[in-house]
Amino acid sequence: MTQAATTILTVDDSPTMREMLGATLDMLGYRVVQGIDGLDGLEVLEREQPDLIITDFNMPNLDGPGFIERVRQDPRHRGTPILVLTTETDPAEKERARRAGATGWILKPFEPGKLSDAIRRVLP
Amino acid sequence: MIESLAHSEPEAAAGREMIVFSIGGQEFCFDLLAVRELRGWSVATPLPRSPDYMRGVINLRGTVLPILDVAARLGMETSEPTSRHVVIVVSVNDQTLGLLVDGVCEIVAAPPEALQPTPDVRSDAVSSLVSALFTVDDRLIGLLALDQLLPSPEVLAA
Amino acid sequence: MSRSQALPDDVLASIRVLFFQDCDDLLGELETALLAMQRGEHDQETINSAFRAVHSIKGSAPSFELDALAAFAHRFESALAAVRSGAVSPEPALVQLMLRAADVMADLARAGRDGPPLAAGYGAEVAAELAAVSASVVGDDMSSDVSSIVDFDSDSASVSYATPRSASGPARWSIRFTPDAGLYAKGGEVGPLLRELGRLGELSVSLDDRDVPLIQDLHPEKAYLTWTATLVTEADEAVIREVFLFVEDDCDLTLARAEAEDEPAPDLAASDPPEFAAPPAPRQPPPGETVRVDLGRLDRLVNLVGELLINQAMLVQRLSDPAVVKAAGAELPVDDLQRLTRELQDGVMAMRAQPVKVVFQRMPRLVRELEAATGKQVDLELVGEDCEVDRTVIERLADPLIHMVRNAVDHGIEPSAQRLAAGKPARGRIRLCAAHRAGRIIIEVSDDGAGLDRERVRRQAIERRLIDAAAVLDDDEVDALIFAPGFSTATELSDLSGRGVGMDVVKRSVESIGGRVGFTSRPGEGATFVLSMPLTLAVLDGMTVEVCGEKLVAPLSGLVEAVRLTPETVKVLGPDVRLLSFRGQLLPLIDLGALFGYRHSSAERGVALVVEDERGEQAALLVDDILDQRQVVIRSLEANYRPVEGVAAATILGDGRVAFILDIHAILASQRRDAEAEPKP
Repeated sequence: MTQAATTILTVDDSPTMREMLGATLDMLGYRVVQGIDGLDGLEVLEREQPDLIITDFNMPNLDGPGFIERVRQDPRHRGTPILVLTTETDPAEKERARRAGATGWILKPFEPGKLSDAIRRVLP
Repeated sequence: MIESLAHSEPEAAAGREMIVFSIGGQEFCFDLLAVRELRGWSVATPLPRSPDYMRGVINLRGTVLPILDVAARLGMETSEPTSRHVVIVVSVNDQTLGLLVDGVCEIVAAPPEALQPTPDVRSDAVSSLVSALFTVDDRLIGLLALDQLLPSPEVLAA
Repeated sequence: MSRSQALPDDVLASIRVLFFQDCDDLLGELETALLAMQRGEHDQETINSAFRAVHSIKGSAPSFELDALAAFAHRFESALAAVRSGAVSPEPALVQLMLRAADVMADLARAGRDGPPLAAGYGAEVAAELAAVSASVVGDDMSSDVSSIVDFDSDSASVSYATPRSASGPARWSIRFTPDAGLYAKGGEVGPLLRELGRLGELSVSLDDRDVPLIQDLHPEKAYLTWTATLVTEADEAVIREVFLFVEDDCDLTLARAEAEDEPAPDLAASDPPEFAAPPAPRQPPPGETVRVDLGRLDRLVNLVGELLINQAMLVQRLSDPAVVKAAGAELPVDDLQRLTRELQDGVMAMRAQPVKVVFQRMPRLVRELEAATGKQVDLELVGEDCEVDRTVIERLADPLIHMVRNAVDHGIEPSAQRLAAGKPARGRIRLCAAHRAGRIIIEVSDDGAGLDRERVRRQAIERRLIDAAAVLDDDEVDALIFAPGFSTATELSDLSGRGVGMDVVKRSVESIGGRVGFTSRPGEGATFVLSMPLTLAVLDGMTVEVCGEKLVAPLSGLVEAVRLTPETVKVLGPDVRLLSFRGQLLPLIDLGALFGYRHSSAERGVALVVEDERGEQAALLVDDILDQRQVVIRSLEANYRPVEGVAAATILGDGRVAFILDIHAILASQRRDAEAEPKP
């Protein structure tokens, strides 16, 4: 798959984080679409078919695990790899994300190199 | 960036280029760098509650520009401005001001040695507004202190 | 092999700017939530909102090397987590602590943005108290060493691919990997994992499909496959395991190292850095209800529309001959043009309008600081925060308000003991109230303190030679002394109050933009500052009038009515006082032509404009004629000249000439002054 066509959906309520992610993914050659929280992310998924989803954990309206659960229930996006952004070193949070169906995780603050590694582990 | 003179400092004027203008047959000058542009006279909107030497304000491309009659300011005889008069638009202390004069004569370089300070004379206007004198070819040219021209707030409150 | 690819500096710099903007917003949300909690609103959403704000700052701060902020936010977040989970209840003392913590975060953020850096250990006591809160929760393991504000652990499992080679050179590993259904359910795939393994060295893979049942027994969501692989690599075990980091719990993984073999070192450099395609189509803006716009662009847009207005007025002027308009069939387009320009103007100005909340929200913190510095107790009430003004005015509101609030706490509110002795509640009250009135924004800062000590003010004014020792002043005049240049009632200039900036500077700065500040005091009961500002410094709705051939603009907001002068309505009193009889009242008739020096004798005919100033007092302005009503673009007269009493500003009319905008309040004030100066019989 050529990288230029690969689309990544990022969902995060922090504008700074959205910019950081967007700029980094842009630099890595991906096409990026964004949502500002879980509910918004679901709306974006109505019209996009991303190859990968990166979502924050703590968000208003619909948080990371809630969002991931809903995505996994949608036949269009069930198999889409999902990475969770987390600053929590607490295993309980990671566990919640995995139980919801997250494929993997990225720790904040992320370095572009680590982000790229994580993406490569899950993106065919 | 070369700053234009703090105009009441005749010592610093030595050697700089001056724009020389005439009013009532006499010649005065100030630092050329203060000049923004030259315009002809156009009818101005009168300024209320202002000294007589303020001729009003005009529209300079959207900015409100006050016009000051230099002859009147120096206490000299004045006449009604006509299209033959010239307005020198200058920049003084972050303000822009239009000076109404009879005409612009030339650009000269002030003499390299320090200028003579104005001798003590009776006229308050002259002593406060003309900070130095020099001669060029037997012509007496006075250095105008641009930053002293506008009326002070106290004058306006009277 | 992937290196840490950093974002280019300029990109990072602009995101950094964004971060600080976000930080401001988040700190605002945090304070709002904490203030709500202080009022007793302990619902989950409020607490969550506070938690998320701190969490968000904590998450982004490290990317910009704001370690002190990140570390402090981490402590704060833990304490908030304890409240959020219900383990700790938000008692008033705790909320108070959190408000202090919010202030510390604001300080750290500001230091990070503007410098200079704060002393090491800034906020350490607050951090320690926060740690104590989360430590009280059983099982909280974030309460590590309190004395060191340590940042969170880095991911111990993160080993980059560029790890040093194992000491003994390349090794052969055999890997057996059986994913279970969970791996796939979580959107995982085996392909990428094998590919990543392949980047570590020389890999050969074979598939073991012995467990795959016959198709009729095949369950599509179960996993039946096993991969075995041999990998020759110099990377050590941790690196290999890291490939499987995400899937460890969803698979059977065995990793065994075989004997080292004499094989030539595999070419680790075979992994190329990822190829970066040229940036694809621009990122879609995040959907949402707002868009961030560079303020410079917005201002330029507003200026442009202002120019358009002037231009349109000039055009209309040229077309003012009805015959011309009709002949050209231009009636409708000209009307439309006016309407469209007007709507455009309104729309653009609305974009710049901001609620005064923006300024008000700095006040609670200011009051907290003042309380701490003076030892007094003060409650702050904010009313009318949603009143909107143009951004040009918002910026000018902050300093005056800060000074007035400081004044109220420093000099108005008495210490609690004194208040109790006077029969007042121990806590003083300051009320900030914003409202739209007479086409302006009026902000009152009132306190229930002791009011102005007029005797002391008088003495101090005499000391500073502002008034003569023998001068007789009435109460209002004494009150007005606080605005006199060089006057300051603070005998001890505390650090917070009046850093050499007196109310006189405030007054001048307010007046320079057409605003006004006033002060009234009720001894023993309190005092009130009143700040009045125009709603925008950009445009004004006005009525053009003619006086002695000169055009003037009267602000519509001050106009009550226009009446033609008739002998019946004009009354003469004494040698030169004229009054207008209007709705049963007698109003002073002010001849604008005489006032502005356009003529020296009074006019006999004309139109009287009944106007009202901010105090609600009315008068009549005599003009020759009324021309039209229009919206004008405000141009400063002061920028290149001096303030002129009675003139608020200037504008460029359709004919390209300058016309002055009347300052109705000042005209009435000067009229009153002149009347009082007349020798009384």
